[in-house]
Amino acid sequence: MIVFLQQLINGLSLGFVYALLALGYTMVYGILRFINFAHSDVFMVGAFCGYYFGRVVPQHSLGGGLLVMAMAMLVCAVLGIIIERLAYRPLRGGSNLAVLITAIGVSLFLENAGQLVFGADPKPFPALFPSRNFTTEAGLRISSNQLLVFIVTAVLLFGLQWIVMKTRMGTAMRAVSFNHQAASLVGINNDRVISFTFGLGSALAAAGGILYALNYPSIDPYMGILPGLKAFVAAVLGGIGNIPGAALGGILLGLIETFVNGSRFSTYTDAIAFGVLIVILLCRPAGLLGKFQVEKV
Amino acid sequence: MRIRTRSIAAGLLCASLLAGCNKSNEPSSGASGGDVIKVGEFASLTGKEADFGQSSHDGTALAIDELNASGGVLGKKLQLLTEDDQSKQGESKTIARKLISRDGVVAMLGEVASGRSLEAAPVCQESKIPQISPSSTNPKVTEIGDYIFRICFTDPQQGKVLAQFALGTLKAHRMAVLTDAATPYSVGLATYFKDAFTAAGGQIVAEQKYSSGDKDFNAQLTAIKAANPEALFVPGYYTEVCLIGRQAHDLGLTVPLFGGDGWESPQLISIGGDALDGDYFSTHFSPEEKNPAVEKFVHDFQAKFGMVPDAMAALGYDSAMLLADAMKRAGSSDGPKVRDALAATKDFPGITGKITIDAERNAKKALVIIQIKGGKFQLVQKIAPE
Repeated sequence: MIVFLQQLINGLSLGFVYALLALGYTMVYGILRFINFAHSDVFMVGAFCGYYFGRVVPQHSLGGGLLVMAMAMLVCAVLGIIIERLAYRPLRGGSNLAVLITAIGVSLFLENAGQLVFGADPKPFPALFPSRNFTTEAGLRISSNQLLVFIVTAVLLFGLQWIVMKTRMGTAMRAVSFNHQAASLVGINNDRVISFTFGLGSALAAAGGILYALNYPSIDPYMGILPGLKAFVAAVLGGIGNIPGAALGGILLGLIETFVNGSRFSTYTDAIAFGVLIVILLCRPAGLLGKFQVEKV
Repeated sequence: MRIRTRSIAAGLLCASLLAGCNKSNEPSSGASGGDVIKVGEFASLTGKEADFGQSSHDGTALAIDELNASGGVLGKKLQLLTEDDQSKQGESKTIARKLISRDGVVAMLGEVASGRSLEAAPVCQESKIPQISPSSTNPKVTEIGDYIFRICFTDPQQGKVLAQFALGTLKAHRMAVLTDAATPYSVGLATYFKDAFTAAGGQIVAEQKYSSGDKDFNAQLTAIKAANPEALFVPGYYTEVCLIGRQAHDLGLTVPLFGGDGWESPQLISIGGDALDGDYFSTHFSPEEKNPAVEKFVHDFQAKFGMVPDAMAALGYDSAMLLADAMKRAGSSDGPKVRDALAATKDFPGITGKITIDAERNAKKALVIIQIKGGKFQLVQKIAPE
């Protein structure tokens, strides 16, 4: 039982990071109908921002850690907006395939530029937050970094849901996602909404990058590829374009992975995780929470 | 404006492609033309095992420079052509082909990781180019063919010594093993260790697997902790070992961790922090050894690279020195002749000990056990080959 609960904690802390990253994929897809492959590299840049900013603030302090996280989110938000402005906007209105391939190009560019700027060798990520391990009487352990993942992700998730559902910008985002021609007819500036979406998604990726790096403190320019792939799968699993769906998909994937890894079948982790994806997509083609829409002709 | 942004995007793309193709190709002597002997080297200069590749390459380059400074080999200078395999599976085969067919190297040095040596070996064997692996320990490497040599101990030997160490020094009879299922090195070493450990009366209580590149080991470590072992054997590379050490520490798994020669890297301390303090690993060489040859090598290496050499650097150095020695003995840089000379190597005085090549083209070498203590690698004992 104690092992089960411990694995649950392990799985949730992994799943929450996937969830945070999956949100970025799902938001961009919801609005622009394409997969932003560069998202996982913004996640990497976020972690490196934490690495460099983390040198100038005192370590093991809550305030310093939060400040670093806020700065990394800001830098990545700007990066996301710049990527959209330079690489995706010129292609808007063209074929979706062109944008998709450009996204892969941007992803490669960020990875290789990262190798040039940050160096190819893994770097030790600083301990930004005060770290402690808590043990219950029964022997269940949780680290302060894992708790931080739960808290920060929950706060960001609810914040995002609030922005999307309650603010003017959120209403505009939903309108553009619903139908962008109609949205521009009623006076919504589509470009601004799209820039905002990229900024928001990239800021979440940066937060995810820092949380990931805090728990797995070895960062390199290729660190985003695998979590990015998993988060993309999580977004599809939950129903791409659907925000609560992405969060659910991320948590589910984290749990599946952890429970498989802790069993005798650990070498089949990815096979089982992706097998679950196939089964779910066969039963519910739009994902767990996605709505299946009939293509209008 | 539209056109301009588009061209910027295109420019960014081109730059990224160029960055991706950036290979290091540094001849280590200025000589050119027909009066040089070209030696190929493939190494993991970037990527996951970059520390290993860099160290090994630095050691090799130092040897080539020293050889050239003392007049070269057979009246010619040696030219080292190094290619980076980015620690990626699948690259070394292409690189070996390129070095042999395009650059015309006469011998090949590399690699540290057994998986990547195994990939290049068939190419060298086919082209009758002798390959010396400085530090691949998996027995399969030299089984590829009679042109493939190694100058380090093999995993059956390492697994046996570690099993004795676990039972004798650590007094651990209930052992957990955490293997990297994606590298031949880790799978091989785990198997030889388990065989020797159970044959000597020990018990394996938990066995878990991961794949190189993984970062989350909490699930495996939780399962291992539940099995209540007395020690944990991790026969992997340092990249993952650092994180395994930290996560084991956070999960409250307090038993000693130990591993093989895949551990030795400064990252164990910079990334692992104090989580791995007190743990052990076995390797080929310790710069603390009191021996004039070792002291001279450590001094020269420090003067050139500003850091203390590790086992990979020492083996890289020895591999180039042995190759030069074999060329001198063969009186030629011809593949088959150098091969015969290499196969006949007896008591070659290397930094890492005397090298005698046996019928399987392996070397019997001593092992050292190192303990991580206070942010330093400390020599615990040296175990001579049987």
